[in-house]
Amino acid sequence: MKLFTFLRGEAFARGIHPPEHKGTAHQPITRLPFAPRLIVPLSQNVGRPAKPLVKVGQDVVRGQPLAEADGFVSVPHHAPVSGTVEAIRLNPTSTGVWTESVVIKAHAGSTQAVEWEEPQDLAALDDSGVIAAVQRTGIVGLGGGVFPTHAKLKVPKEFPVDTLVVNGCECEPYLTSDHRIMVERARDIMIGIEMSRRLLGNPRAIIGVEDNKPDAVEALRAALPASGEVTVEAVPTKYPQGAGEMLIKTLLNREVPPDARSYSVGAYVQNVATLAYMGALAPRGRGFIERVITVAGTAVERPGNYLVPMGTPLRFLLDYVGAPQEAIEVIYGGPMMGQAVACLDAPITKGVSGILVFRARELAAPSAKKSFPCIKCGKCIESCPMGLNPSTLGMLAAKRQYDTMADTYRLGACFECGTCSYVCPANIPLVQQFRVAKQVLRGKPEKAA
Amino acid sequence: MTVEIRSAPHIKDDAGVVKIMRNVVWSLLPICGFYVWQYGVSALASLVVVTCACLAAEEFFLRLGRQSGDLGDWSATITGLLLALTLPPGFPLWMGAMAGFVAIGLGKAIFGGIGHNLFNPALVGRGFAQAAFPTAIATYTPSFLPDRFTDFIPSSLALPFMTPADTASWVAGLNIDGVSGATPLARWKFEGVIASNWDLLTSLSGHLPVGPSPLLILACGLYLAYRGYLDWRIPVAVLGSAALLAAALYPLNPQHFPDPGFVLFSGGLMLGAVYMATDMVTSPVTPLGMWLYGALIGALTVIIRYSGGLPEGVMYAILIGNAATPMIERITQPKAFGTEPTKETRA
Repeated sequence: MKLFTFLRGEAFARGIHPPEHKGTAHQPITRLPFAPRLIVPLSQNVGRPAKPLVKVGQDVVRGQPLAEADGFVSVPHHAPVSGTVEAIRLNPTSTGVWTESVVIKAHAGSTQAVEWEEPQDLAALDDSGVIAAVQRTGIVGLGGGVFPTHAKLKVPKEFPVDTLVVNGCECEPYLTSDHRIMVERARDIMIGIEMSRRLLGNPRAIIGVEDNKPDAVEALRAALPASGEVTVEAVPTKYPQGAGEMLIKTLLNREVPPDARSYSVGAYVQNVATLAYMGALAPRGRGFIERVITVAGTAVERPGNYLVPMGTPLRFLLDYVGAPQEAIEVIYGGPMMGQAVACLDAPITKGVSGILVFRARELAAPSAKKSFPCIKCGKCIESCPMGLNPSTLGMLAAKRQYDTMADTYRLGACFECGTCSYVCPANIPLVQQFRVAKQVLRGKPEKAA
Repeated sequence: MTVEIRSAPHIKDDAGVVKIMRNVVWSLLPICGFYVWQYGVSALASLVVVTCACLAAEEFFLRLGRQSGDLGDWSATITGLLLALTLPPGFPLWMGAMAGFVAIGLGKAIFGGIGHNLFNPALVGRGFAQAAFPTAIATYTPSFLPDRFTDFIPSSLALPFMTPADTASWVAGLNIDGVSGATPLARWKFEGVIASNWDLLTSLSGHLPVGPSPLLILACGLYLAYRGYLDWRIPVAVLGSAALLAAALYPLNPQHFPDPGFVLFSGGLMLGAVYMATDMVTSPVTPLGMWLYGALIGALTVIIRYSGGLPEGVMYAILIGNAATPMIERITQPKAFGTEPTKETRA
């Protein structure tokens, strides 16, 4: 911790400092070639699956809508490649669940320029028009939330937002895609910020960037609008600084109550990558067909920040970056909160910010190690950013006292950052137990008041 | 084709229970070495016999089954070394072995093994020895005796269930001037003589019948705290509250009450504060609870020393602190983010 941040005391309480492993931070964004076949699942995000607009055998051009939104909390999906619709069939996703997908065979000789767009003057549209324009891009929360971005922009009027908090923390180890976007696409971020500010009633905007990315801070500062309404703050590098609640605490010293949205304390959080794509795509009326993804991990020969077409099969990407396809562990997202990929035949979808590949048994995951009973060292309590007592919660989970966990020890406030499991010297799979407990509680009927 | 699937987080801090325990053992080695330098073969034999008894007991109860942990987790080694350090150097070896067995058996195994015990096992063992062998445990011998590396203190080698040899006449027979077996605490309690703080801090002066240097214990504790294997709050709270209470009482009756320095550096307070009260399993898990627990132990130590029949009170203070731990945890739950403090509701 730098002395000045210590003196200002501006970070959220507790948290951890896992090794950063951000070796790809200075590798410019490079394009991944198109796979011969791309697979676009109709359900990639929170909300209803999209409804297909294309037929088998039909030719599509890159950027053309393949499926339209089904209702407000739903987004369209666009063709990531010019080609022929080969099939609309069930295909496995990364979790192993099979889902309806559009399979496109790429045209081998195509230049693959984006041939489909509907430019529009957003300034001339009313708020709902802008929100509809954002919906047409098909963007969802790219920080991993995968909630449709346009739906999140509709903040209830009774909650005035005074600050747009732009999340450029990228606190997960290994991941550098947001970092590269901030360095290389600061202008797009500013356009996205201005669009969001307009819809939120012109609050000020603060871009929070962890202080391990000074070049990103510099690039953003150089691109700031002259109005002075947007500022950039370097925040302490500490996991999980990138959690919305923690960044609000750090920047504004406000605590979002559990079960409340951040706008209840006047803040609205949006991820930098989401804003960058919103700024790049919405005014030109283009669809979200590719994104920057960090590919890293010890089993990757050529790690980097790749611009990956949506629907690229994971196997194709592993092959391109020189990763083995046997005896590996693949993680979508960061190592703290990312999800292990169960099926290598899965395509890459909108919510994937990083792809980490390790050789089997290489990661010292808690579940792979011998576990001891809790020795009550208190490290989990000293690290939990939400001020919970994972030690006691873990003991209650072992006894299946899920109601006590929720009612007395505020299990509901846990956002599963994994800090407790990371620090536990007894290798107790704490956050894993909490996920099970929440799952069980969700299945229970509501208790009579 | 195989892919590994795990539930996040996929990475892990490398500090584990075994690593913590191993580091505690390493940090105890200089202290044990100093103890052997002070008292020679008797101290060495005591450390070895008591520790082996603890390990044997651990193995025995592990084989009985339904115990957590294993010999390789080093916890029984820590119990053995600490127990030996709290016993007089000439404590009969058979009594030490018995205390070691009781420490693991009654202190840990009956609760289900590592992580489940309510009381510090080493202090349970010492409590047993205090009750069963009151004379032997109060019998200290002078340190740095000339023949300590060749001759055992005669009481060490007492046969099981036999009365140990009389060390007082043995010490008298050595014909060394100004040497007695009375500890500084006993001399303060029963003779009103207060040793100098510096002598107590280093344990080096003359032939003081005391344990290893509090200064050394403090240094080893600092190493552990620096590495994150010991919670600094507890020793600070124990020593702080003992010093504060002693400082408050001292002006009332300087003839009767010792100065705070004497309270901190005499007896087993330093070893207790740094190595016994900090036992993770038996101390509160909450940060605020650690402060309360430490303060309670420090205050109880002073109260027991000043008003009790025996000169020392650290062991009882820590055991009472251990007993209060569940209650302390209950009232010191952390404040959840964005909420008022958690209220404990009884199930």
